[in-house]
Amino acid sequence: MHNLLSRANSLLAFTLWVMAAVTAACFLSTVFLDYTVSNHLEVNDIKIRNVRDYATDDKQADLATLAFNLKVDFSRLFNWNVKQLFVYLVAEYKSAENAVNQVVIWDRIVERSERVVMDEIGVKTKYYFLDDGAHLLKHDNVTFVLRYNVIPNAGYLRLVQSTNQLVVPFPTTYTTTRRS
Amino acid sequence: MVVSSALMIWKGMMVVTGSDSPVVVVLSGSMEPAFYRGDLLLLTNDLEDPVRVGDITVFKVEGREIPIVHRVIKVHEKSSDDTKILTKGDNNQVDDRGLYAPGQLWLSRSDVVGRTKGLLPYVGMVTIIMNDYPKLKYAVLAFLGLFVLLHKEN
Repeated sequence: MHNLLSRANSLLAFTLWVMAAVTAACFLSTVFLDYTVSNHLEVNDIKIRNVRDYATDDKQADLATLAFNLKVDFSRLFNWNVKQLFVYLVAEYKSAENAVNQVVIWDRIVERSERVVMDEIGVKTKYYFLDDGAHLLKHDNVTFVLRYNVIPNAGYLRLVQSTNQLVVPFPTTYTTTRRS
Repeated sequence: MVVSSALMIWKGMMVVTGSDSPVVVVLSGSMEPAFYRGDLLLLTNDLEDPVRVGDITVFKVEGREIPIVHRVIKVHEKSSDDTKILTKGDNNQVDDRGLYAPGQLWLSRSDVVGRTKGLLPYVGMVTIIMNDYPKLKYAVLAFLGLFVLLHKEN
């Protein structure tokens, strides 16, 4: 009755139970917290070029380049159930063709051990800010939003939008010089 | 009994989440350090809720058996069923156009089979080990079978 196998079996079962309970407690203790932070964002030096693009239907698209400054303090967010943040900057706009356009122009993985105060100056886009057509010129309502994905050790993967957003009018003429 | 309740739970989860496969096991390191090999992901597939950048989607590509778990980095939406979606793995240097079917430049909403909402670490390791060492799988099955047959009720 109390042979080795049954002892090993109950030990394993109990271990799994405890681990499941601790994981659930970890999830429940952090799921109702507020994960919103505010940021300070500036976007400068916007230039638009009309380029050939193979992924657009009419093979010609508007490409925007810019530089931005970003200041955020994420320190508050890191509790025991936050493994990593995935921070990304989104440009959102409507165009004549599309009701919704969202382009991620920059992102960064922020791990626990890294610096959690971001103070970036003059950052250029990490991905091409390429429209699906030629609608960026003279666009007066492109919204830049900072969002982040809170990745837990176990539990709910939360997408959060930082409180501030920025609307920037776009240039009215194309830049024809080469990209610097 | 055990088999039928497992099936019930699986089918019940399919109804609640709207996804054909409500859980997936991460098989590659392309989303590290968010997801590691062996992590179990819980998915939903609510068609009312549009796909937006930042969502971690699970999508199927023609010619590939195994669905891919990557993050959306670009959305151009004409209407809810005419959407261009581009994805990228957090740990990859380039976007996923190289992984799509030849000539395919964008995903559409119908390619997306689920969106990651929850994460359970290590749980999927069992299935990975079973797949990597099929002999172990048969050994475990044989052992369990013998155990059921030979076990004496106390």
